[in-house]
Amino acid sequence: MSNILTIAGRELTAYFATPVATVFIVIFLILQGAMTFNLGNFFDRGQADLSPFFTFIPWVFLLLIPAITMRLWAEERRQGTIELLLTLPITQGQAVLGKFLAAWAFCAIALALTFPFVITVNLLGNPDNGVIASGYVGALLVAGAFLAVGSAVSASTRNQVIAFVLAVAVCFVFAVASYPLVTDFLSRNTPVLAEIARRLAVLDRYQAFTRGIVSLRDLVFFASFIGFWLFLNTVLVDQRKAD
Amino acid sequence: MSGANASALIEIDGLTKRFGSFTAVDHVSFTVKRGEVLGFLGPNGAGKSTTMRMLAGFMIPTEGTARICGHDVQTDGVAARRVLGFLPEGAPTYPEMSVSGFLRFCAKVRGYRGSELDDRVQHALGLTGLQGVRLQPVETLSKGFKRRVGLAQALLHDPPVLVLDEPTDGLDPNQKHEVRALIARMAPDKAIVISTHILEEVDAVCSRAMIIANGRVVADATPAELEKHHPSGKLDDVFRQLTIKDAA
Repeated sequence: MSNILTIAGRELTAYFATPVATVFIVIFLILQGAMTFNLGNFFDRGQADLSPFFTFIPWVFLLLIPAITMRLWAEERRQGTIELLLTLPITQGQAVLGKFLAAWAFCAIALALTFPFVITVNLLGNPDNGVIASGYVGALLVAGAFLAVGSAVSASTRNQVIAFVLAVAVCFVFAVASYPLVTDFLSRNTPVLAEIARRLAVLDRYQAFTRGIVSLRDLVFFASFIGFWLFLNTVLVDQRKAD
Repeated sequence: MSGANASALIEIDGLTKRFGSFTAVDHVSFTVKRGEVLGFLGPNGAGKSTTMRMLAGFMIPTEGTARICGHDVQTDGVAARRVLGFLPEGAPTYPEMSVSGFLRFCAKVRGYRGSELDDRVQHALGLTGLQGVRLQPVETLSKGFKRRVGLAQALLHDPPVLVLDEPTDGLDPNQKHEVRALIARMAPDKAIVISTHILEEVDAVCSRAMIIANGRVVADATPAELEKHHPSGKLDDVFRQLTIKDAA
């Protein structure tokens, strides 16, 4: 555990030692603000809640999170530091978890910086802060799910552009797995898979959180989803580290 | 560990690495005892770095095994890497970190805490002459300093086994001399493998020289014995004779 935290600490410091952190957070806040106020009609709706805010967050994540994860392993390969990291007395699982936790903590920081929305809505009305809190938990879990996917994709290639595009594509498929776009196609060909796809839809699970419903089933779903992709990530690092 | 190999800290047995149909390392076997400094020689692409990577547990061998202090690098990798100091090819380091920040990270991963961690980092900085630049980001350093940061990381935990891939590459003659003196000072207590292109380095620090060509060991002897292989008595000529003949 202490190895995981040491690696996560180093990674997180590295985000802030380079312009990555600033650029990411600033763009995230601008995009999120623009979406919420303009597309979401935050003020005109006249309701004291953050639902326009939470509607757009997964889509902003879909674009920005692969930008964090594309460098996660590809950059270590390019710099050759993967050889240094993996010849330290740590297991590959610890390296994978450490990097994932750092990226997740970074997303948590970016999310936490959206606090002015919460203050605004509380000043203008009397929102249900419980629903807002569960929405934030859901957003953090979506970030974790996308990060786990992106991190595994990054371990499979040394090209950062490929890592980015593939991560966006895979995250998108899982995000909208219950939408007609995916299910219509599947139910025409393999109805069994359509049912499975419906269960794997990240956005469906997330929407429950934004309505204030935190269920054990959804928590278990996100934990297994993240666990699966991190396991795949570890296998990929092991197989392709020296390529 | 078997009794006969009790003093062998590095044991490599039939190590082979194939990339598709290309065999980079072909059944290489050797042992290195405490007190030995093995110079690993060979042309570019001969399989030196690949062998060292497999020894460090970074590359998975196609066949064969490697053990460090009795720990198999594949099945007991963490224990093997704990007693190993490894300088990868090109001495990679995290560019945005400061020298001491980087060394503190490595020391923490190796389990040091508090004042012991400070002592370890100070000691490694001292050994490699990096005190003057310890707060500078690694990316602002010259090639020679970067190489020394990699070396400091390998020496941090005073490991019984050192595997150094071209430790003096990019250093100026004075720095080369210092690093060789450092290796010679540490030699009695450790098993050391260094790869190098610089043949006079072998004479200067190695107790044993191994020439590898096309993935196979073509010579393994003391530098003095090797020099007798060629009428001129020069290691350069022996190297050329062995590696070019083999390639033809």
